[in-house]
Amino acid sequence: MMADSGSNEEVAVIGNTDISSTETESNIINTMVERGTALLRKMEINVAEAEKRTGKNTVNMQETYTVYLIETRPAETVPGGGAPAAPDTLWRRYSEFELLRTFLLVTYPYIIIPPLPEKRAEFQWHKLAADNLDPDFVERRRVGLENFLLRVASHPVLSNDKIYFLFLTEEKGWREAVLETGFQDKVDSRLKSLSAMFRVKNPDKRFTAMKQYSDELNTVISQLLRVRARVADRLYGVYKVHGNYGRVFSEWSAIEKEMGDGLQSAGHHMDTYAAQIDDILEEEEHYADQLKEYLFYTDAVRSVCKKHELIQYELEMAAQELVSKKQQREELATGTVRVFSLKGMTSKLFGTESQEQRESRLAALEQSIQEGEEMLKEKNTECKEFVQMAWEDIERFKEQKDKDLREALISYAIMQISTCKKGIQVWSNAKDCFNKM
Amino acid sequence: MSAQFPAHLDLEEEEDLEVFSKNTSLTDGGPSSPSSMMNQYREEEEEELFITVDHPESHVTAIETFITYRVMTKTSRSDFDCSEFEVRRRYQDFLWLRSTLEENHPTLIVHKFVMKGMVERFNDDFIETRRRALQRFLDKIRDHPLLRGSPSLKVFLTAQDLAPHRKQTPSLLSRWGGTVKMLSQSLRGVRSRPEEFSLMQDYVEQLSSKICSVDKICSSETQSCTQHLSSVLIPVLHDYLLCADTLKAVMKRRDNIQAEYEAKREAMERRGDQEQQEEEVQALQEKVEVCNSSLQEDWSRWRSSMRTDLKTALLSTAENNMQHYEKCLAVWETFLLSQREEGSEQKEEDAP
Repeated sequence: MMADSGSNEEVAVIGNTDISSTETESNIINTMVERGTALLRKMEINVAEAEKRTGKNTVNMQETYTVYLIETRPAETVPGGGAPAAPDTLWRRYSEFELLRTFLLVTYPYIIIPPLPEKRAEFQWHKLAADNLDPDFVERRRVGLENFLLRVASHPVLSNDKIYFLFLTEEKGWREAVLETGFQDKVDSRLKSLSAMFRVKNPDKRFTAMKQYSDELNTVISQLLRVRARVADRLYGVYKVHGNYGRVFSEWSAIEKEMGDGLQSAGHHMDTYAAQIDDILEEEEHYADQLKEYLFYTDAVRSVCKKHELIQYELEMAAQELVSKKQQREELATGTVRVFSLKGMTSKLFGTESQEQRESRLAALEQSIQEGEEMLKEKNTECKEFVQMAWEDIERFKEQKDKDLREALISYAIMQISTCKKGIQVWSNAKDCFNKM
Repeated sequence: MSAQFPAHLDLEEEEDLEVFSKNTSLTDGGPSSPSSMMNQYREEEEEELFITVDHPESHVTAIETFITYRVMTKTSRSDFDCSEFEVRRRYQDFLWLRSTLEENHPTLIVHKFVMKGMVERFNDDFIETRRRALQRFLDKIRDHPLLRGSPSLKVFLTAQDLAPHRKQTPSLLSRWGGTVKMLSQSLRGVRSRPEEFSLMQDYVEQLSSKICSVDKICSSETQSCTQHLSSVLIPVLHDYLLCADTLKAVMKRRDNIQAEYEAKREAMERRGDQEQQEEEVQALQEKVEVCNSSLQEDWSRWRSSMRTDLKTALLSTAENNMQHYEKCLAVWETFLLSQREEGSEQKEEDAP
């Protein structure tokens, strides 16, 4: 029934309608590994397990939290040959992942840093618990964390970061190592403020466009997730109602003679149908998670664009300052007042200064101008470099996003097709039974 | 002789009082013996009758607003004057028809369509649901071998104005008078109920409790969720839930006929006053037999029609669901195809 376009695609999706969530997961992993960073060529990374721990927190109160087991092992060089080596493992909790990410954000402001899975469950439909300790939530978070690590590991720039490597390999002492880098000093509070608008005169138009696209993507995905939650709720209701009827029919069949078998099979089919919804919604959750990843990605894109704005702003400020300093020099030199200034005013009112004073001021100004020019050159270079590196990453990101979303969409379609087929199967069987009634 | 029947004191809606008068007999279109019943059945089998209920319209008067439905009849039966009739009937008229039929055939199972707990009287969904229920009701009457020949049905289908016919049913007060007396009689109960009716009674009790849960489900779900369920399967289930009540009433009436006969016979044996009473007792005994056999036949008719109805409804539900999924399937497959075509086109573009 699946019309084959006849082309060879590397995605293991063609012809396979029964794709499970773990298969899809490994598809993502496969495409990332194909990108082939040095790190991934060296080692395999997974987040294998999750465990509950209790301990005292910073305010000396007991708390329960979850830790995740990170496994690393050298990549298989001999496929299929012998048992794989035992992995190195260490435990990390979510807050440590957050620390890592913050570090990366500050250290590589021109890179779109992959997002972490959500801190608290959002866009929930009624059945799923919003509780952070709920086993389903923990499991989905485990997958999300693994995804995060793999995204970083497959990034051409980020995969080479030392702190990231230590995160994967050094359980103790990692926190100190991060703090020692002094990255916190680089945090620019202006970036945090989402509403801060820099009056930038000449932003790179590509970045403006990208930021706008990112905002739109954010809105669209949010809406999609909200709608999806509502639909999931309704669908759940529909299936479960069938379950209720199933029960009625089963009970009723007990008191009927000729109709007994027919009623019982009616009940059975309704029950089977009702039971399908749990699996369906669980699988769908996986796609919702993929969408959420890109929802959070839009935040990362936005912050890169903001950083560009900031740098551009500083550049323009520096240029402006230089211009005004040069004007001041000109005024001093020629004695004309072109621009209103307090100094000019006071000298008009109280008389001009002596020759020595003027000369010393001129010299100071010359110095300042030279410094300003140096600064401008630096800022210019900084800006150019930033734009170049950031744009390179944006291009890489765009390609990744297009591919991922497209594959997710196709997988989703395949899942829906499978669901439809199962539905048809159940009701066709039911029909056969009813016909015999 | 006076035939006295028990009252059913469920005051569900103001119009629905199933109270029977003192002086009804079994002569109105009903059989006087088991064999004549069969004859009647054969005759009417050959003649056709089609009834439709549609075109609801709002009717506004100074006092009230109500909905009327158009009832169209097409028939080839000889006892009708023409072959086509068109009249307008309101809900109360249907109720009148039903209670008249029940009065005249106390031990037959007359389909019930009263729905409890309806609050919204005039929204479109409600009107449509009701229309369907009324249509089903008339279909059942038309299919019933005995009821279809009832003069009340004919009047209902043909008379432009039903009011004069409705007035013929006794007034409320006389009905109430009868009620009290009937209640006291029914308390006496039946001596030896034939076994098949005991079994019937048990079945009805059980059916009632089983389908009761349907009502609970019906009230807890929203309309839009289960479009196909609610338009086909649920009304059928609901009908049979109502039927359980009807069955109980029918069983009770049958019991009472038997009780009356037994009482009379006892009285006769005690007093020893032969002639006149013996005739009466004889008549009552025949009546009991006639009722029993007509009930038996109607019972098996009812059972098999329930089976057919359920089967049809379930098949239709299954079919509906299948079609829904097939539509979805088509959409997704088309989409998938378009994606893959796009993908392979892109690959051709990318290729050097």
